[in-house]
Amino acid sequence: MELLVAQSFAEPGLTHFLIVSALLFALGVMAVLSKRNVIMVLMGVELILNSANINLIAFSRFTELSLDGQMIGLFVIIIAAAEAAVALAIVLNVYNRFNTINLDEISLLKG
Amino acid sequence: MELTTILFYLFAIVTLGSAAIMVFSKNIVHSAFALMFTLMGVAALYVLLYADFLAATQLLVYVGGILILILFGVMLTTQGYTLSFKTITVNLIPASVLSVAAAGLLIFAFITTDWKITEVAERNDTVYDLGMMLMGDYILPFIAVGVLLLIAIIGAILMSTRLSADNNGAN
Repeated sequence: MELLVAQSFAEPGLTHFLIVSALLFALGVMAVLSKRNVIMVLMGVELILNSANINLIAFSRFTELSLDGQMIGLFVIIIAAAEAAVALAIVLNVYNRFNTINLDEISLLKG
Repeated sequence: MELTTILFYLFAIVTLGSAAIMVFSKNIVHSAFALMFTLMGVAALYVLLYADFLAATQLLVYVGGILILILFGVMLTTQGYTLSFKTITVNLIPASVLSVAAAGLLIFAFITTDWKITEVAERNDTVYDLGMMLMGDYILPFIAVGVLLLIAIIGAILMSTRLSADNNGAN
């Protein structure tokens, strides 16, 4: 048992980074599911994108994926930037129209 | 313990701790500032993974761009002259069950899988290689993502200027 603990605290390997990204993903899912403010949901989405990026770059460091992983991570960052710009423009439009950004109150399409 | 090991645990704790503060804070401005520390911690993890260019990009794009955008969104959408910036939390129990299950399954899969690890030689910098790849194998995705970014920026500008035009018309 002590050996196992000592081993798991040793040099951070692939699994360590993957576990960090899994926990970050869980926190992002928590933010997306439990918050009713649109901007908090957006922040949760950013957390999820970051956790995916940590995965890609960890695989590029430790496996044969090599620099291709970093390249995909770069494209993820670019798409996250585009997504944030468009999403915040939509949020401002929604606020202008409904005067609220509570997701439960924006229910015009609900039958 | 080696220095990189200590740094890894330090930055992992900074990242996950401030992400937890972000999720569980009641005040949305506190959440935005905790998100800043999360993004910086992720950038530090990229440095530990020999991804120096991506760490710089992360700092420039996320901390310098997206976070400022989010803070502007917070400022422009808070009702009235409030000082509270409260966020409503619902579905706390199903959300925590789902996220704990997701984390448990992912960690179980990551630990039990036998990854084929090949140690790469330590890299000095990745900028040259990334640039050559961007102009070589990745030229088509590069152009496509450039067009996507242009369309996204034009769309965002169009939506927000129409917004202010409507406001002027109403006033």
